Amino acid sequence: MANSLQGIIRSNESEIYARWLELQQRLSGEGDILKQQDRRDQSRRLVAAFSRAVESGNLDNIHTPEWRPVLDVLSDISTARAASGATISETATFFFSVKQPIFEVLQRELSADPKQLTEAVWLTSTVVDKLGLYTIEIFQKTREDVIRRQQQEMMELSTPVVKLFDELIALPLIGTLDSARTQVVMENLLNNIVSASASIAIVDITGVPTVDTQVAQHLLKTVAAARLMGADCIISGLRPQIAQTIVHLGVELHNVTTKATMADALKLALQRMGYSIVRREAA
Amino acid sequence: MDRIPVLKMGEFLLVSIQVDMHDRLAMTLQDDITEMIVKHGSEGVLIDISGLNMVDSFIGRMISNIASMSRILDAEAVVVGMRPAVAITLVELGLELPGVRTALNVERGMDILRKHMRATDVAADADFNH
Repeated sequence: MANSLQGIIRSNESEIYARWLELQQRLSGEGDILKQQDRRDQSRRLVAAFSRAVESGNLDNIHTPEWRPVLDVLSDISTARAASGATISETATFFFSVKQPIFEVLQRELSADPKQLTEAVWLTSTVVDKLGLYTIEIFQKTREDVIRRQQQEMMELSTPVVKLFDELIALPLIGTLDSARTQVVMENLLNNIVSASASIAIVDITGVPTVDTQVAQHLLKTVAAARLMGADCIISGLRPQIAQTIVHLGVELHNVTTKATMADALKLALQRMGYSIVRREAA
Repeated sequence: MDRIPVLKMGEFLLVSIQVDMHDRLAMTLQDDITEMIVKHGSEGVLIDISGLNMVDSFIGRMISNIASMSRILDAEAVVVGMRPAVAITLVELGLELPGVRTALNVERGMDILRKHMRATDVAADADFNH
């Protein structure tokens, strides 16, 4: 049975390909020429790989070496489409539309034997469905990878530690502090205290939009950890509204030095380290 | 049984913890330090924990206790060289070691002790003269 199916698909490969292209064009319109070229290319590779895989006779399990080329082509297509912003249903429709040309060919070739026809349609349908699901999985994975990468980038973006002077570092915080970010910020700060052998660290919260009890708690933890390492912390960049919020919330900031601006914090830090700033007489 | 050495360096004591502490070791260390302070009349204790990789709440409290005991015996204690991971763990455990002086490394710790001694000397002189 599978033999005749293989034969039919193999010998009608170019017809299936041509019909499928026609169908795609009808489904998704003309599109621009570059996209058309891409689509033609992808479809040809896919039909070729598919007919070769069907020829192997294994239609039950698509995770075998015979189907490898088909899966590769599919994941290429799926990744490219996800990256270019296509929706899941567009991608799925694109692939599922291959059923129609195949069924047409089967119908023509097997019209003499309805029983065999039904069986062939069923087999093809199952395997195409499996491949379709695989395409969707890959599509979703690509999207998730993008999200994960963006999260990672946001983490890195938001926690730079700047060296201001010998033994003096600054940590300008940007964005809301949640538990995950506090962890990264804290580790980053402490490691930099060691590598810069800092004695004072300025934590600037100008870029933190709001301070609630949780954010304050995280800030205090960071300050406490830095103190355990032997570095003093100065918190700067407290805006008027934030100062009000902190007092209204009843957060205790007794043991922490706070300054309104980074400039004030820098002056204080230099003073504590025994430096004094003197303006040279103008010549 | 292994022991953590307590070294006398002039007016200071230097304790360098280079192994992971277990509870018995911490108890012995507490005995040794207090005895050494009394015996030599030390004015400062440097506790170097740069070799300490892991702390639990017990060890954290022991460190805090040792520092408090030293202060009662009139020796200023400075904990130096705490690793970032250890600092984070202690903070997460809620052990922020209030009242314990800290420094990044032994050298800075020594500076703190010297400054502290100068300050107390000046204060003592002032008291004596009046």
